[in-house]
Amino acid sequence: MDEDRRPLSFWLLGAFFLLFVVFLYGPTLTILVLSFQGPEGGLTFPLRGVSTHWYELLWRGSGVIDIWASFRRSLWLGLVVMVLTTVISLLAGYAFRRRFPGQGLLFNLTIASLIVPSIVVSLGIALEFRLLDDGVKAFAEEHGVEWLNEGYTTAMGLFTSGLGAHLTWTLPFGLLIMFAVFNRFPNDLEEAARDLGASPWQVFRHVVLPLVAPSLVGVALFGFTLSWDEIARTSQAIGDANTLPLELQGLTSTVTTPEIYALGTVVTGVSVLVIALAFLGVSVAKRRAAKRVLG
Amino acid sequence: MSSSPPDRRPVAPLLQAAPLALVLLLFFVFPLLATAVVSLWNYTEYSLVPDVTQRNYVEMFEGCSNMGEGLCTTFRTYLSTLRLCAMVWAFTTLFGFAISYFLAFHVRSDTMRMVLFLVCTAPFLTSNVIRMISWLPLLGREGVVNQFLVGTGLVDQPQDWLLFSDFSVVLAFVHLYTLFVTVPVFNSMMRIDRRLLEAAQDAGASGWQTLWHVVIPLTKPGLVIGSIFVIVLVMGDFVTIGVMGGQQIASIGKVIQVQMSYLQFPAAAAQAVVLLGLVLLVIAVMTRLIDIRREL
Repeated sequence: MDEDRRPLSFWLLGAFFLLFVVFLYGPTLTILVLSFQGPEGGLTFPLRGVSTHWYELLWRGSGVIDIWASFRRSLWLGLVVMVLTTVISLLAGYAFRRRFPGQGLLFNLTIASLIVPSIVVSLGIALEFRLLDDGVKAFAEEHGVEWLNEGYTTAMGLFTSGLGAHLTWTLPFGLLIMFAVFNRFPNDLEEAARDLGASPWQVFRHVVLPLVAPSLVGVALFGFTLSWDEIARTSQAIGDANTLPLELQGLTSTVTTPEIYALGTVVTGVSVLVIALAFLGVSVAKRRAAKRVLG
Repeated sequence: MSSSPPDRRPVAPLLQAAPLALVLLLFFVFPLLATAVVSLWNYTEYSLVPDVTQRNYVEMFEGCSNMGEGLCTTFRTYLSTLRLCAMVWAFTTLFGFAISYFLAFHVRSDTMRMVLFLVCTAPFLTSNVIRMISWLPLLGREGVVNQFLVGTGLVDQPQDWLLFSDFSVVLAFVHLYTLFVTVPVFNSMMRIDRRLLEAAQDAGASGWQTLWHVVIPLTKPGLVIGSIFVIVLVMGDFVTIGVMGGQQIASIGKVIQVQMSYLQFPAAAAQAVVLLGLVLLVIAVMTRLIDIRREL
């Protein structure tokens, strides 16, 4: 029994941990509650009745905020970023299992892409596209390319500069996750498959892929949620069509009704939903892998 | 061994790594080069003028050599940003260390440890702006904290320093970024051989001595990685400082953003180059302390 007695530090750190969790989640729960504020209610307590008034305003787009255009943009961008992050990270992670020229440089570049301040990356992409636009326009003028002269404004956009900006942020996370996965990956399984005469593609498809599938769900989760919430790298590199977080940032200083809490709750809800789906996906993938081994 | 000698097809890994390399080249390397080049350009109200001029750097540090009349704007901005950095770093490191220590050494079941770890890290996957907005109903003049303080008679009237101040900025940073310390420090702590702690105890070390001479040195890599994250995130920030500071507090990121909005691209580029240089210097100094690749 005596051995089981917890030291004082356990209770102190445990209490601190509990307080930290409250600190972490308290504010979010506060706006969840306040988003159900009655129609007369304000930005803070007390609640004046309970209603879904602000959600209705938000849904109809008739309040101060019309966010559905940017909502859809962010959703699509997030999905594309998710797919690309998963595929590119998997391929690159697999490549790093063997030696290839430029390996060290590529690794350092990826880490640098994570660490260089987002505003610098964003500014750089904006400048790059600006130079590209100037180049295209000069070319069109010089060679008298009619359709370019008339129609071209900028190459910047959601799925060009915006997509690139997001990938510089999600790919490092994706690659680091794949590193962690492949570092713990049993080499002998691949060797066994090769000894049995499997081609490199067959080894990848039937041995490697099923084993790393649960982790790929994790990479996909990071890809989507990081893109869904990204601001700093997007800010200068998006052109005219704002993403949802950028729109939200603008709204923080202009909206003075609980509608912004309703919007905040919906956005967080999407993240929570995606996290839940990912957990479901991981457990399904794991069960399948287990069945494969046992069956 | 004969079926596929690894060196016979060095093409495959190159092709597999190519998409990553291409994305980084197009959206990371070229943009940084463009920034470096444009920082040397001239500009007018309407257009960029290709050039090799020191104008942007000179203007950035205008009046900085003349210390007699107080600090120049650039130095003041850097100092204020570094001050925020130091405060945020101190709190996130302390909190992150305490939380990781609790998870790694006090929680006994692996499942419980994993669950609690996810509880601490899951908010990372939700929106930063929303998490900032969430503080408004708590810290405002009419907010929950002020209601409590006035209600209990601790203060006579609502406090204004709670929101749109250094306090709220640091609070939000700690709220957002503690997990950047927690994750690498927890990772380092989980690699510590538990027998070392027992050995220290058996040799008569007190709890504090074990902490100071065994745990902290072995956690150093995690602490360094976490510190790099926090320092770099705060130094380049303009969103958190903007929203939580009520757009009143100066920061380097904010200066760059404002110059961009006035289309002073070369000036913004020069700012970015200097910021990047400083960040790289910080990282170079800190990574001297550890080998990052061994941490993966």
